[in-house]
Amino acid sequence: MLRGERGEPVRRALELQLEVGKFYGARRFVPVSNVHMMGDIEVMGDGGLDHLCRLAQAGARCRVPVTTNARCFDFAHVERLGQDAGEAAKERQLIGYLRRMNVVTTDTCINYQTVYQPHFGERLAWGDTGTVIWANSVCGARSNFESGPAAMAAAMTGRVPEYGFHLDGHRRGTFVVEVTTELKDYAEWGAMAKLVGESHQSYFAVPVFTGVKRAPTADELKHLGAALASYGSMAMYHMVGVTPEAPTLRAALGERRPNGRMRITRAAIERVFAGYGNPDNSCNFVVFSGPQQSLLEMKQLADLFDGRRVHPGTTVMVTTANGVLSAARALGYAQKLEAAGVTILEGVCVYILQNLTRMRAANGWTNMISNSAKIVNTITAHKFNTILRRTRDCVEIACSGAYR
Amino acid sequence: MKKPLTIRVKRAFGPVVEGEAVVSDEGFSPRYDLDRWSGVITKRGHNLEGVNIRDKVLFFPTAKGGIAAGWAFYDIKAKGIAPKALVFGVTNPVMVQGAVFANLTITEGWSRDPRACVGNGDIVRVDPAAKTIKVLKRV
Repeated sequence: MLRGERGEPVRRALELQLEVGKFYGARRFVPVSNVHMMGDIEVMGDGGLDHLCRLAQAGARCRVPVTTNARCFDFAHVERLGQDAGEAAKERQLIGYLRRMNVVTTDTCINYQTVYQPHFGERLAWGDTGTVIWANSVCGARSNFESGPAAMAAAMTGRVPEYGFHLDGHRRGTFVVEVTTELKDYAEWGAMAKLVGESHQSYFAVPVFTGVKRAPTADELKHLGAALASYGSMAMYHMVGVTPEAPTLRAALGERRPNGRMRITRAAIERVFAGYGNPDNSCNFVVFSGPQQSLLEMKQLADLFDGRRVHPGTTVMVTTANGVLSAARALGYAQKLEAAGVTILEGVCVYILQNLTRMRAANGWTNMISNSAKIVNTITAHKFNTILRRTRDCVEIACSGAYR
Repeated sequence: MKKPLTIRVKRAFGPVVEGEAVVSDEGFSPRYDLDRWSGVITKRGHNLEGVNIRDKVLFFPTAKGGIAAGWAFYDIKAKGIAPKALVFGVTNPVMVQGAVFANLTITEGWSRDPRACVGNGDIVRVDPAAKTIKVLKRV
């Protein structure tokens, strides 16, 4: 490959991987069987688009199945959201290049709930931090954070340098989190992740949760993981008795002593919610996104919004994947949400929407209110003040127009 | 000037660069914190809010979240607003992949904390092959 016998794109892809492997002291490559990559015009810009164009023209082909992450346009809503038509055209071009290179454009950040469920020990090259932490923690599969160009490289070479979470040594828990309260909403799982992630920001920090009384649902683990990855840059956690590499605390720690311990109490969770300020007391932008909603989350929202109306002047956005939306329509959930005045966006995530900064200004959104701790963190570059609230409170705020 | 202050780093990639230091107390993500059209850090309340990162040698204790950084460095380099180097206490693979892809100098780990020995505006030289950072000129 390095001699260029499989073409220039493959040679350059392997070179990139070699440098990254060298940085981390990797000793060899390991094959991967699935790739998930982030690639949209908002995140890659014209530079990235040119790169993809050159790859496609050079005949680059992906040799392992590749799916794509949420993107920045739902083409049905470009005009309504005041997005840029020129950028939308580039996004279509970009999708065309990806398909030419054998990429399956799924446009979802919940591939693990909709497209591909990796098995224990399976090697992956996944992008979107939320997908990686799910694969490592919940499935016991093995992936590092593979950003767009790195995932693309893995798709072309069929391998990744073996470092980080491909190695047993990095998968052991490094500190213990004792959970002393029952978490009752996605936002509470996210609040716990904020507390744990912010205080231990490190890719190689692996929390081990103990004391979780009730078996968590998939969506609860999804919010926990996505927020841990976002606040702490973390790629793996263990939960004793729940995740596959944590049958016991000792096993999760790999027979080692933890570097530290922390406790999550009811008071600490309540302090997270109390800690958000609302500078102008407005609450006209409520978001259920980041990660995209699963079918069961869609059902819950449909039940909560059923027979109600979004307050005049308030915008509510829900984002989900194509397959979930299709099922939600067949089951009538989507209709209930739309009847209430909720905007459902497909294949996108709110914080990467093209033109979001201007959209915010044009709509007079000072605050973004969400039940997702992840998006409360990630959307901040667009100058939002962000507020985490429980799912029911988000719906109440959306329908009453009153901040709580 | 006496012998320049030297910080040794643990891991490094990229060409040798010299530039003005900007030292942050807070971690960094080109997604959460940066306006990728102007090169200005725009996150409300960030330790470096309002600072333009163009041509700077940036010191951050940690990297934050975000897969998208992988494309972001290449993009801001194409736009001409990239920093000269990223010097992290602790980083993550996304930053490394993104920096390698953009051929941007990046290092991880430091023998002494730059927050205690490097000032904003100091001119520093980052040498990835030698795994050193030298303070060439103090402001």
